Amino acid sequence: MGILEIDNVSLTLGGKQILHHVNVDIWEGHVHAIVGPNGAGKSTLASVIMGLAGYRDIEGRIQFNNKDITSLSIDQRARLGITLGWQEPARYEGLTVRSFLQAAAHTKDVDFDTYLNQVGLSCEDYLDRAVDKTLSGGERKKIELASILAMDPQVIMLDEPDSGIDVGTLEKMFEVIKELKKKGTTVIFITHSLAVLRQADHAFLMCHGEIIEKNTADKIIPYFEDRCIPCPHKNIPDKEEAQRAIRA
Amino acid sequence: MPSEHNTTQELSTASGLKYADIKSKDVAHLFLHHHDVVSSHLVPGLHVDTKPHKDGIFVTIQVEKNVHIGKPVHMCFGMLPKTGVQHIYMQAIIESGAHLDVIAHCTFPNAVNVKHLMDATITVEDHAHYAYFERHVHGENGGIQVIPRSHITVKDHGHFSSEFELLKGRVGSIDIEYETTCHAHGVLEMNARINGRKDDVIKINEIGHLVGPYARGVLTSRVAVRDQAQANIYNKITASAAYARGHVDCKEIIQGQGIAKATPIVEVSHPKAHVTHEASLGSVDSKQLQTLMARGLTEDDATDLIIDGLLS
Repeated sequence: MGILEIDNVSLTLGGKQILHHVNVDIWEGHVHAIVGPNGAGKSTLASVIMGLAGYRDIEGRIQFNNKDITSLSIDQRARLGITLGWQEPARYEGLTVRSFLQAAAHTKDVDFDTYLNQVGLSCEDYLDRAVDKTLSGGERKKIELASILAMDPQVIMLDEPDSGIDVGTLEKMFEVIKELKKKGTTVIFITHSLAVLRQADHAFLMCHGEIIEKNTADKIIPYFEDRCIPCPHKNIPDKEEAQRAIRA
Repeated sequence: MPSEHNTTQELSTASGLKYADIKSKDVAHLFLHHHDVVSSHLVPGLHVDTKPHKDGIFVTIQVEKNVHIGKPVHMCFGMLPKTGVQHIYMQAIIESGAHLDVIAHCTFPNAVNVKHLMDATITVEDHAHYAYFERHVHGENGGIQVIPRSHITVKDHGHFSSEFELLKGRVGSIDIEYETTCHAHGVLEMNARINGRKDDVIKINEIGHLVGPYARGVLTSRVAVRDQAQANIYNKITASAAYARGHVDCKEIIQGQGIAKATPIVEVSHPKAHVTHEASLGSVDSKQLQTLMARGLTEDDATDLIIDGLLS
């Protein structure tokens, strides 16, 4: 049974249909990847799941733990246990890492050491720094992941988690994901990276706003590697051909 | 006198200042209640004189040449009654090579109809350093007018910084006018952080003139206006010498029926000078807000956290 079910979701923005009847089942405690070339609609789908502004007016339904959350706000969805890590995390003038993590954990009594160390940062160097432009994109990405760990949600969506971070940090992040999986947390990568895709159990191949195939990550990887990097048909899916190739 | 001691204690408590912090012999302080000195302590090299002047009190501050006052000097200007006028005329001279940090606690916890006026002339002589941090603590009535006026001269290689903070209690009405002239290799930094709500009115008019080569200046304003509060920020830097560098940075967040105006002005009259400006007015940044909401904060809590950070 899926913890999160995207049921026949379509989205039109500015007169253009961005998502076409998307169906996705996310399994509890598994690592998933929504994979596809740039412009496929992956981040849009994540925005729809999180209920971000501008992405709420959808057709279809989203269920979380068998509860229809389609009409819920971002914070209501988050309090149920869903969260999102942005591809390019926000910058906050004056807001310290300490306050940022406390806000995510909903308590002042936060084990800062554990969360920061897990993402390769030290309290000494970062706790009292602001989450602002003095931090690199990679540092902000790590701090955002630390805030997600502090929040301890049931479902974590990470949009392009490898963007802007170095190889060593990426490895560390993969270790964190493995630990999350062990404790039963569900992870969804939004990615066009093979390295990230290889960490997933299941993958949804997305193209032109459609899920053109869902399968184990092992099955999706060869097709994605051969046919989507770069995308030979300019992001217009040949769904049947993809399904034949992946399922062969 | 016991009554002066009590007043000092009350001002300290209201301002959040621990009285123990100023008891130390190497920490200088001056407490003015209305137009009366209720407590003072000086350290070597620092001279403070007070005398009645017009409708207020005249305060002179002098730091002797090359004297570094090691610990910040605490100045508490305030009034405990609900009504009244406090008018301070100040002249400060930080002599050549001297160093002074001041923390001013402007405390009006009970104000219903109080006016606090400051007319200051400040001279930071060559290679001197003067940092003035002014924290206002107001009550919840909003019945206060704060009208500070300062003319500051920063001579060659001097350094002047001011930080105005009004985050606790109601602003009431505040009308700041600071004008600084900065000579060769001098540095000026003026920063204001104000949190307005209800029918508070905030006016900031800060001007920096970079008249000497390599003079540098930054004017920064961070203002939040909620409810029906209004803010009007006018920040101006002029640069008229080679390699003068300046920056004006104004950020205002509005909530509810708040109104914010910002006028950053840069004026350059030397081909080798360079001044930049940035201004941002409006609601809380959507991405900041949605990130915090995606961690489970309500929109209101997320907004408060973002504003607290901005004004911190």
